[in-house]
Amino acid sequence: MNILSQPKKDQAMVSNEDDRQAVYVAPSADVGSTDVGYVIRAEMPGVEKDGLEISVDRGELLILGRRKPIEVTGELIYREIRPHDFRRVYELAPSIDSTKITANIDQGILTVALPKAETVKPRKIAVQ
Amino acid sequence: MQIVRYRHYPQSDLSAALERLTNMRAEMDRVFESTSSFSGSTDPLSRWNPAVNVYQDKDRFTVVVELPGLKKEEIEISLHDDTLTIAGERKREESSEQEFLTERLYGKFQRSLTLPTAVDAEKVKASYKDGLLRVELPKAEEAKPKQIEVALK
Repeated sequence: MNILSQPKKDQAMVSNEDDRQAVYVAPSADVGSTDVGYVIRAEMPGVEKDGLEISVDRGELLILGRRKPIEVTGELIYREIRPHDFRRVYELAPSIDSTKITANIDQGILTVALPKAETVKPRKIAVQ
Repeated sequence: MQIVRYRHYPQSDLSAALERLTNMRAEMDRVFESTSSFSGSTDPLSRWNPAVNVYQDKDRFTVVVELPGLKKEEIEISLHDDTLTIAGERKREESSEQEFLTERLYGKFQRSLTLPTAVDAEKVKASYKDGLLRVELPKAEEAKPKQIEVALK
């Protein structure tokens, strides 16, 4: 699944307006690195595929996860779960090919794969 | 016969220090047991206490726990009298990746909560979706609010 797209200028403006008012929490995330790129694994419980917005703009990766409201009848008598949506921005290393970023979410873990551009991958050079 | 190395106090090794901490923690838990219905993990190496919400309506309690990235078989749910315990362990996946940044918590977790009224243990249901565990505990018949009609004479 390739969900990456450059946001249109006017859309980006609108979402910036929203961001200023909204309260977000930064998801806990691990970042792993391999020869071929980086992998981000972020904890976003209660977020479905439809609630995700991932974009790259000016060398920054923006991850936004909107929680699906917990559907429960009755009154909340004890609360620890923060109802806020998740938001996190990562500055991308120049070696990352931003056109090849892929993402998926499974049981509240968002996995974003950030492959390095072909030109920076280590490779063996055959000696003639 | 078993030979056990004599360990003088104070012990300097990490495991002994952790053991003492665990004992202190257990003691603290006992002190606060009467005031708090929630108790966290007793594993000294784990700081992971998943967040819990509890809802109530006239028929049932619903407990929602944030447990992102677990497998169903890694979650244990048990009910002892009116105390619901949710436990499990998140293991680090073996991989060839280098850790660049680690913020997520791994290891064992345990949350227990004592429900304010009796529940029907036979009818407890649980589901796991989007990293949220949801446990529904119907109240026991005798604990449900009842309307009693009083005949006026």
